[in-house]
Amino acid sequence: MPEDIKSLSSQLAQDPNSLVFLRLGELLRQKGQFDAAHRVALTGLERHPHLADAHDLYARILADKRDYERAFDEWDMALRIAPDHVGALKGLAFLYFKVGDVAQAAAHLETAQRVAPDDPGVAQALALARGGKAGAGDALHTGGVAAAEPIGPAAQPLEDARVFAGLEGAQEGLLLLDASGRVLGGALKNGQGHSVTEAVAAYLAGVSQEAGRTAKLLSLGAWTGLAAEGKLGHVHVTAPSGDALLFVVRDRSVPMGRLAIIAQRAAATARRWLEQQR
Amino acid sequence: MTTAPAGYGRALDLVTRVRGVRGAMLVSGEDGLIVAEQLMEGIKGAAVAALAASLANRLGRAMEAAGVGASLFWHLQAQAGALLVVGAPSGILVVAITEPDVNVGLVRLELLRAAAVAG
Repeated sequence: MPEDIKSLSSQLAQDPNSLVFLRLGELLRQKGQFDAAHRVALTGLERHPHLADAHDLYARILADKRDYERAFDEWDMALRIAPDHVGALKGLAFLYFKVGDVAQAAAHLETAQRVAPDDPGVAQALALARGGKAGAGDALHTGGVAAAEPIGPAAQPLEDARVFAGLEGAQEGLLLLDASGRVLGGALKNGQGHSVTEAVAAYLAGVSQEAGRTAKLLSLGAWTGLAAEGKLGHVHVTAPSGDALLFVVRDRSVPMGRLAIIAQRAAATARRWLEQQR
Repeated sequence: MTTAPAGYGRALDLVTRVRGVRGAMLVSGEDGLIVAEQLMEGIKGAAVAALAASLANRLGRAMEAAGVGASLFWHLQAQAGALLVVGAPSGILVVAITEPDVNVGLVRLELLRAAAVAG
């Protein structure tokens, strides 16, 4: 096995644009050399940013390192590039199991099974999920998510009392409001670390209605998001449910496209939380 | 109605020549009135201009309060298209109404150029 790593490393050194980084990264990952695997995958991804397999490899390494937020982003990106990517579908199913969202996990597994009906890991995980048994996440080990813990339907969901607990920026940078600008969850701080939650909420009151009216006037259908670029940062506004409004803010190092993905995930969490409150 | 300066027409041309743009307007950010426009027939320009200015105002204040500074560009995404807006230094908003599959990056660049022309 060490010879394989040496051989693959040599091939990659001779041809840095080669796709051999996929095999090398996977091999390093399987041997538990996560830092080396991380470097190989990241370098490969920089050279092949539109390769779904590269995002999948990087996501698996991130999952091994328990960086589930970024793993989600990478698998999500892999699916955007290749909607039938079985590795990404399995990876996302694994993460959904991890947060106790069995319905989403099963939906991803069903899609994976349509694409790869002979994959034993998918079939096993799906059977367990449909039977409501724990351990469905474990079945995805065969798909290469090595860091999976004993998880499944019995796993604890996100701590929804804090709405965004567990999400990137849960403590600051995410804000959920009702139509009249009252804060439902989340918090915002400015660059000096001072709370600006109430002020931002007040200014945003009515934005959902105005965005809706504008889209209607232009016959554009329902509005789905409002993204804005500021001198020091980016913001994204969505309506997770009814007139509720979700405001997500990040500095300019976070591209607007990535911010949209973060906002979509936060909106899904907010939507579940709002439904539970009714 | 006063005649719009010729530079305004050039500014709007920059935006409307992009494929997928259904129309463009220059809107006074202060009162939401149309300064100049090149819109496809059927678009209710005056109402859209007023709403765009109001949205820009609310969003701009929220962004300032959140510490991300003044709004440079914003993009209202909808199921069947989008509204993209850039503010010029004078307070004029350059507004584009687009199809859903438009090249947003290109429209953003042209809006920024148009804002520089509009002053």
